[in-house]
Amino acid sequence: MPQRIVGQVKRVNGPVITIQGITDAMMMELVHVGEQLLVGELVKLDGMEAVVQVYEDATGIAPGDNVYGTGLPLSVELGPGLIGTIYDGIQRPLERLRELGGDFMRRGIGSPSLDRSKHWDFSPSVGIGDTVVPGQPLGMVQENERIVHKILVPPVLAGSGPYTVIEIASEGSFPIEQTICTVENSEKERLPFSMMQHWPIRVPRPVADRRPLSIPLITGQRVIDMLFPLAKGGTVAIPGGFGTGKTMTQHAIAQWCDADIIVYIGCGERGNEMTDVLREFPHLIDPRTGRSLMERTILIANTSNMPVSAREASIYTGITLAEYYRDQGYHVAVMADSTSRWAEALRELSGRMEEMPAEEGFPAYLPTRIAEFYERAGYMTTLGHQEGSVSIIGAVSPPGGDFSEPVTQHTKRFVRCFWGLDRALASARHYPAISWLDSYSEYVSEVAPWWETQGESSWVESRAEIMELLQREVRLQQIVKLVGPDALPDSQNFILEVCSLFKTAFLQQNAFDDIDRYSTVGKQIRMLQLILSYWHLGSEAISKGVTMVKLRRMKVVQEIARMRFSVSNENLEELDRIALRLERSMSQLGGIYDER
Amino acid sequence: MTSDNRLAGLDKSLLSGREYVGASRIDGPLIYMRNTHPIGFGELVECIDSAGRRRTGQVLDTSTEAVVVQLFEGTSGLTLPGTRMRFMGEPLTLPVSEQMLGRVLNGLGHPRDGGSLPRGEDELDVNGLPINPTAREYPRDFIQTGISVIDGLTTLIQGQKLPIFSGNGLPHNQLAAQIARQAKVLAESQEFAIVFAAMGVKYDVARFFIDSFEESGVLENVALFLSLADDPSIERTITPRTALTLAEHLAFTKGKHVLVIMTDMTNYCESLREISTLRGEIPSRKGYPGYLYSNLAELYERSGKILGRDGSITQLPILTMPNDDIGHPIPDLTGYITEGQIVFDREMHGRGIYPPVNGLPSLSRLMKDGIGEGMTRADHPHLANQLFASYSHVKDVRNLASVIGEEELTSLDHQYLEFGNFFEKKFVRQSFTENRSIEQTLDLGWKALAELPAEELQRVTDEEIAGHYGR
Repeated sequence: MPQRIVGQVKRVNGPVITIQGITDAMMMELVHVGEQLLVGELVKLDGMEAVVQVYEDATGIAPGDNVYGTGLPLSVELGPGLIGTIYDGIQRPLERLRELGGDFMRRGIGSPSLDRSKHWDFSPSVGIGDTVVPGQPLGMVQENERIVHKILVPPVLAGSGPYTVIEIASEGSFPIEQTICTVENSEKERLPFSMMQHWPIRVPRPVADRRPLSIPLITGQRVIDMLFPLAKGGTVAIPGGFGTGKTMTQHAIAQWCDADIIVYIGCGERGNEMTDVLREFPHLIDPRTGRSLMERTILIANTSNMPVSAREASIYTGITLAEYYRDQGYHVAVMADSTSRWAEALRELSGRMEEMPAEEGFPAYLPTRIAEFYERAGYMTTLGHQEGSVSIIGAVSPPGGDFSEPVTQHTKRFVRCFWGLDRALASARHYPAISWLDSYSEYVSEVAPWWETQGESSWVESRAEIMELLQREVRLQQIVKLVGPDALPDSQNFILEVCSLFKTAFLQQNAFDDIDRYSTVGKQIRMLQLILSYWHLGSEAISKGVTMVKLRRMKVVQEIARMRFSVSNENLEELDRIALRLERSMSQLGGIYDER
Repeated sequence: MTSDNRLAGLDKSLLSGREYVGASRIDGPLIYMRNTHPIGFGELVECIDSAGRRRTGQVLDTSTEAVVVQLFEGTSGLTLPGTRMRFMGEPLTLPVSEQMLGRVLNGLGHPRDGGSLPRGEDELDVNGLPINPTAREYPRDFIQTGISVIDGLTTLIQGQKLPIFSGNGLPHNQLAAQIARQAKVLAESQEFAIVFAAMGVKYDVARFFIDSFEESGVLENVALFLSLADDPSIERTITPRTALTLAEHLAFTKGKHVLVIMTDMTNYCESLREISTLRGEIPSRKGYPGYLYSNLAELYERSGKILGRDGSITQLPILTMPNDDIGHPIPDLTGYITEGQIVFDREMHGRGIYPPVNGLPSLSRLMKDGIGEGMTRADHPHLANQLFASYSHVKDVRNLASVIGEEELTSLDHQYLEFGNFFEKKFVRQSFTENRSIEQTLDLGWKALAELPAEELQRVTDEEIAGHYGR
C-alpha cells in the first residue's frame, strides 16, 4: 500500500519506540512501525524526534526501520455489526483474527473492525429536501432482533448549516461502506455518508446537553439496588483485593442490569474470564426481553498477556462504542474490569518514556486521566434530541487490598458511588462481598422520586432503617467480642439476630442459583419489608417478655431465610403469604403472654 | 552513528550473524555494545569470551547509539576488549521435542545430565504468543489430586493456574510432589506429562523432586529445567519461558495433558528486579519494576485449553511469601492473575497438620464449573460452601473463646469448636502418601458437618441433609 514515511526508528525499549527524522507527523497519529506494520500511536513530539507506543510485541524492530503514518488519529469504526462481537483493545475483531492467524495472536495481522461485505437492511427516515442536524438519525437498520441501529448524521460536519438532504437511499440492503445519503451545506458542498463512521477514541463524542440523573440502573442485585443504588448515567467504582469477587459482581451486573447495551471491557484480566463470558452469555436469557444476552453485548478483550499499550487504549475504545449507542438514544452500561490494570499500563508506558513519577511510580497525570474517563459517563440529550446514557462501572484492583493506594483514592474523587468489597466477607463466601460499612451511594436522594413513581415510596425509609440497624450491629458486635453474646439483653441480641438474618437472607445472593441470581424490584422491596416487619413485630414481642429463643424457633423464620431461593420473581404473592404467616405466628406468641 | 548510516540501507537479513569484538560497558549481567548494525529488539545474541566459551543473551534495549544485551549465563570472566558478540537476527528459540521428557536441562534448555541435546521437532520462540481469547476452551474437567482440602474446597481444574502461596520452611515441595504423583482426570486414562521449572532453588530441593518422581516411576514423563541457586540469577528470568515453551508444544501440538510446576516464583521476580535496578528503571512497589504484573501474566497466561486441540496446560506455581505477607507485591500480583490460590498457614503447620492449607483465603475460581453432578458429586457445591461458612464461624468462636474462655461459650459454640477440630485434624490432615478418592473426601466433609446441628446448615438443601447428614 502506498504509505507516507514519517520517520525512522531510533530506539526500541519494549513497547515504547523513539523515532527520528520526523517530517510531518501529528500528535496521536496512528502509525505503522517496521516492515511488519505493527500498529502504534504517536504520543510525544520533540523537535525532529517523536515517541510512539506500539500495540503489539516489538520483538525484531531495529533502529533504522521505517515508520509509516496514516494521517488519522487512533479511531474506532462505528456502524451496524458491533453488537455481539469480541474485539481486542484497538478494535480488531478477535474471531476474524483467529480465522486469519490461528489460535495464537500473531503479529502484524490486521482486519477491519466491521465486516465490509455484509449487507444490512436500511430504511430511511428522512427525505430529499429535508434539513438535518449533526447527530440526527437518517434511517435505521435492524442490527439484530433486539437492537434497532439508528444511522446518524456524523456529529461533526464540514462547513456550516443548514444541511439539506439531496440524495437518500431508498429502503434496501447495502454494505456499510456504500454511500446512502448525501447532504449539502450552505456552502453548496456535497457531503456523502455511508452507514459507517469513524471517531477518535480519545475524544468524547459531543452531546447537546447533560441532564440530571434521576433513574436508577436496576441491577437485580439486592445489596446494590436497595442499599447502594447506581443512577443511569452514573459512575461507580468496585475496589477489592483478589478473590473478593470484582469480576463476579461485574458479570452479574452485565447479565441482569436493565441497560439496553452492555460494553464489557476486559482490561488486562484473565483470558479464561473472557472465554467464560463468550461461552456463557449467548446461553443466558434476558428476563426482560426473553432474548439472548449476547444480543446486547459488545466485548473488548485485552487480556493481561496481550500488549500493554493496547490495554491502555482498550478503555477508550470501549467508552467510544458506548457513546455511539448512547447517541442513538440507548442506555448503555460500561463495565471496565479492571481500571487498575489500565492505570498500571499508563505507569509502565510513562516509566519507559522516562517521565518523572508521582506517587508509587504512577505518572502525575493519572488523576486527570481517571477524571476524563469517568466524566464521559452521563445522562445526555443527544445532538439528535434523544435521551441516552452511559453508566460506568469500574473495577479497581488495589495492591494488597489496600484502599489507600493512588488508583483507588483518585477514583474515589471522581465517582459518586462506591461498592467496596470486603475480604472477610469473601472468605466467609458471603457474595456479593459488598461491604455495607465502606460502601456509599450519592444517588440515593436523586433516585428517591423514581421509587415514588413506582408506588414504592417506602424505599427511602426502609433503607434508612436497615442501614441504621446495621450500624448498631457493628457496635454491639464489638461488645460481644469482649464479653460474649449472653451478656446482652434479648432486645439487643435481637438486633444481632435480625442483622444476621438480613445478611443471609437478603444481602447474600447466589449468582449460580436459577432463582436467586436476579431479583426484580418488587421482590427486593417485599423481602426488605418482610425482614423489617420481623424486626418490628419481634421487638414488640420481646418488650412483652417473649424470649429470643422462641422467636428464632418460629418456622416462619426458616421460610424467610430461604425465600431468596424458594420464591421466584413471578410468584410474589408467596412473599405476602409469608408476611401473613409471620404476623400470625407473632400474634400467637404475643397471645400466650397477654393471657398470663 | 557512522556505522549506522553506512549499514542502514542494507537488508537486515544479510547482517544477521555478524560478529563484533569489544564491549563498551559491562554492568552485572548487562553488556553495552556500540557501533553495531541496527539490531532488532529481543534478538538472540551469542557471546564468546576470550577463552572461547559461549553464552546466550538477549537484546533488552536497542538504539542507534548502543545496544543493551542481557547474558543469561552471567558475565563473570568477560573483558571489555576480549568480548565477541554475534547478533543472530532472530528471537531466542528452543528446539522442542517429546524426547525432552525424562531429561534434565538447564534454564536455557541445554542438557545438564551429560547427554546430547535432543533433536528438535520444532524451533519455537521462547516468549510464546498470547492465545486468542476466542480460541480458548473454558476449563471444566476436574483433576483428582487425592488431597481432601484441595479436591473438596479448592478444586483443581485441568487448564487452571493455581499457585501455592507458602512460606520458608513450609512443606510446599511435598504438596507439589504429592499432587504431581496423584493427579488424575477421572474420565481419562492418559497420564500427565510433567514439566518442572526450578528457579534459584537449592540443589536438595531439586533432588527431592527428582527422587520423588523416580520413586513413583514417572521420571521418564518429566522434563526438568533446573536453574539452581548457584547458577547465574539472570538465567532464572528465562527458565520458566523455556519450560512453558516445551509445555505448549507437548500440550497443543502433541495433545498431552501437561502439569507445569514452577518453583520458586519469588526468585524469578527478584531476578527481574535485579535487572530493572541495574538499568535504572523507575521502580514501583518495593523496588519491583512497574511491568511485573504484565511480565508475570506472560507466564501464567500460558496455560489453559484450546478449542479443537486435545491437550491442556495446568500450572502449579509455587511462591514463598516474603515474611509470610500475602500483601507483598509478588503474591499480590500473582493472585490477580491466577485462577485462585492455595494458601499455607504457619500456625497449622506448627500444630502438625499436613497439608497446612488455610481453607478461608484459599480459592479456586474455576471450581464452580468443574464440580457437581456428572463431574464430582451432586452435593459437592453446597457441601463446599457449607464447610467454608461453618469453618469461618469457627474462627470467630475461637477468637471469642480466647477472650472470655471456653467455659463461657454456648453449647452451640462448643459444637463449632468440635467441628473445627474434626475439620482440621481429619478432613484437612492426611499423610504424604494418602490418596483419597473424591467420594471419600466428600463423605469426610459430611462427617465433619455431623458435629453441628442440622439447623445450622443453611447452605445445603433439605434433600442433601437427608441423604448425607449424620450417616
